[in-house]
Amino acid sequence: MMIYIDQDQCTGCQICLPSCPFGAIEMREDKAVILENCTLCNACLDVCPMQAIAKTEEKVEEKKGVDISQCRGVWIFAEQRKGVIQTVTYELLGEGRKLANARKEDLCAVLLGSGIRDKAQELLHYGADKVYYIDDPIFENFQDDPYSECVADLVRKYKPEILLCGATNIGRSFIPQVAVKLETGLTADCTGFDIDPVKGNLLQTRPAFGGNIFATIATYNHRPQIATVRHKVMKPARRTEETKGRVIEIPMPESARKLRTRFLERFEELEETLNLAEADIIVSGGRGLGDPKYFDLIRELAKVLGGAVGSSRAAVDAGWISYSHQVGQTGKTVCPKLYIACGISGAIQHLVGMRSSDVIVAINKDPQAPIFKVATFGIVGDLHEIVPAMIKRFPRSDG
Amino acid sequence: MNIIVCIKQVPDTTEVQINPETGTLMRDGVPSIINPFDMYALEEGLRLKEKFGGKVTTITMGPPQAREALRETISMGIDEAVLISDRAFAGSDTLATSYTLSRAIRKLGDYDIILCGKQASDGDTAQVGPGIAECLNIPFIAFVKKIESIENGVVRVERMMEYGHDVIEAPMPVLLTVVKEINEPRMPSLRGKMRAKKYEPIHYTVEDLEVMLERLGLPGSPTQVIKVFTPDVRRAGEMITGETPDEIAGALKRRLKETGLSI
Repeated sequence: MMIYIDQDQCTGCQICLPSCPFGAIEMREDKAVILENCTLCNACLDVCPMQAIAKTEEKVEEKKGVDISQCRGVWIFAEQRKGVIQTVTYELLGEGRKLANARKEDLCAVLLGSGIRDKAQELLHYGADKVYYIDDPIFENFQDDPYSECVADLVRKYKPEILLCGATNIGRSFIPQVAVKLETGLTADCTGFDIDPVKGNLLQTRPAFGGNIFATIATYNHRPQIATVRHKVMKPARRTEETKGRVIEIPMPESARKLRTRFLERFEELEETLNLAEADIIVSGGRGLGDPKYFDLIRELAKVLGGAVGSSRAAVDAGWISYSHQVGQTGKTVCPKLYIACGISGAIQHLVGMRSSDVIVAINKDPQAPIFKVATFGIVGDLHEIVPAMIKRFPRSDG
Repeated sequence: MNIIVCIKQVPDTTEVQINPETGTLMRDGVPSIINPFDMYALEEGLRLKEKFGGKVTTITMGPPQAREALRETISMGIDEAVLISDRAFAGSDTLATSYTLSRAIRKLGDYDIILCGKQASDGDTAQVGPGIAECLNIPFIAFVKKIESIENGVVRVERMMEYGHDVIEAPMPVLLTVVKEINEPRMPSLRGKMRAKKYEPIHYTVEDLEVMLERLGLPGSPTQVIKVFTPDVRRAGEMITGETPDEIAGALKRRLKETGLSI
């Protein structure tokens, strides 16, 4: 397939230029042309008033291997760490239930862990029709090889049509290897799903370009359709007393015992407010703090609110706080319910990491600071005065 | 030690502006850069070479203009650069890209460590690194924030996790994706710049690689983008004012509660 512009039809109106997210349309001698860096994303196809943009015939794909019609059911990967089911798992069960209902199929969870029999049972309370689990000491700590081998093995055996996994460090590490093993499509870090009402394909929507654009992606001729799912976007399944499903223990496949990596040690950073991805509330500090010691104010406010501490790149680069707190393009992407930016001007590279937060509060001295453009509530003022006042006012007991 | 660094040329997202009226990307004059995460992979490759000797090669798949990105790596001190470019690769998703890069790396031959940035700043998928490792059937470790040691052919690294980090080992050859914390990338040297100016990257086309044609480009890509759209532009909200900091804090708390937040 190739996208091209019919040079006879093109009037040189330039309407198509901004439609390309990749800047792959250029004017040459008053006509628009598609450049080599076209990614065939189709974004420009409908914008031309002269209908001069077209694509060459799509090749009919002959897919050998997996027979799509044989693939049934929605699977979710139930992530656990140290035997604790991770919250993203409940979100996957919530979303998975929706998709399974739309497809009129079963919802199944896959759980790999060490000593997790009772956890498998517990997942039934969150709407799983079946829980496949492998209980083996090899899963004590996360290593890619046994995870990717076991999941690929289970998929080959039971042939689900959809597989969702959390876009956590674990999920984003091993799932791409599963997709390669199975030679199927994988869509990263999705924030929305739908089922195509006609063909029944999974429509996967995800941000790209740091959230500047969204793309909807489909996997037509391969199964399963695999996606990783952004944490804290989907609604978690609620626990019910009744269960209707069953757990199925799977013996550890011998092929998955081959470990090429060796796990030595796990270090948990002791800072209590570290886990940005999980936090419902994040309080972030930037260069506007003026001095690293004022991060104590940020920590204090985070503590009062029961939130995590974030930071801008500038504060990390200045050595005021460790990189694990950085929110933004080269740091973490977060979407808490409440994000409080203190003394952060709002460079685009920070905004892309936090602008999908539900509510954003910005405190900054400069009324022109770009952060106010995305803030739900803006306060122009000195954070060294405002934040202490918030620390006093915000404890829950304060009504 | 033979080190390969995979890079991608991307638009500089920090320069991308949104047209507030149409909500579309304004990309006029947006420069292309080396994916920011790849800079850390490049720097780490150079440091490994300085410590253990050997050769660092950069490789990229992309349109002909990606040569510029490769030249930039030469100016930093990279030894050799390879461009994989052919119409046959157009429309590749992460699976086809992983496959194609792995075949080019195989053609390059001997390698001990392959380094990639943890993800590209345009697609943000973080899938090609692990994909290449799987295609080459070599061990893979993601989110590396420190290479602790390389002894007797075994690489020991710190892997960044949500809760802190893990210490983990793998025998070479191995593929690592790196995070920002691993180092501080260097600036190009004058000598490097001189060399980069005249440097012509090695160019592989589809004819140069041993590949299954059906696994390349669009036919080899299971995923297809069916729609691209811009999100609703987030509008600026209300300003909270007051006579004293305490009054402002009180007003803010009230408004936050009204949005349904339980604070």
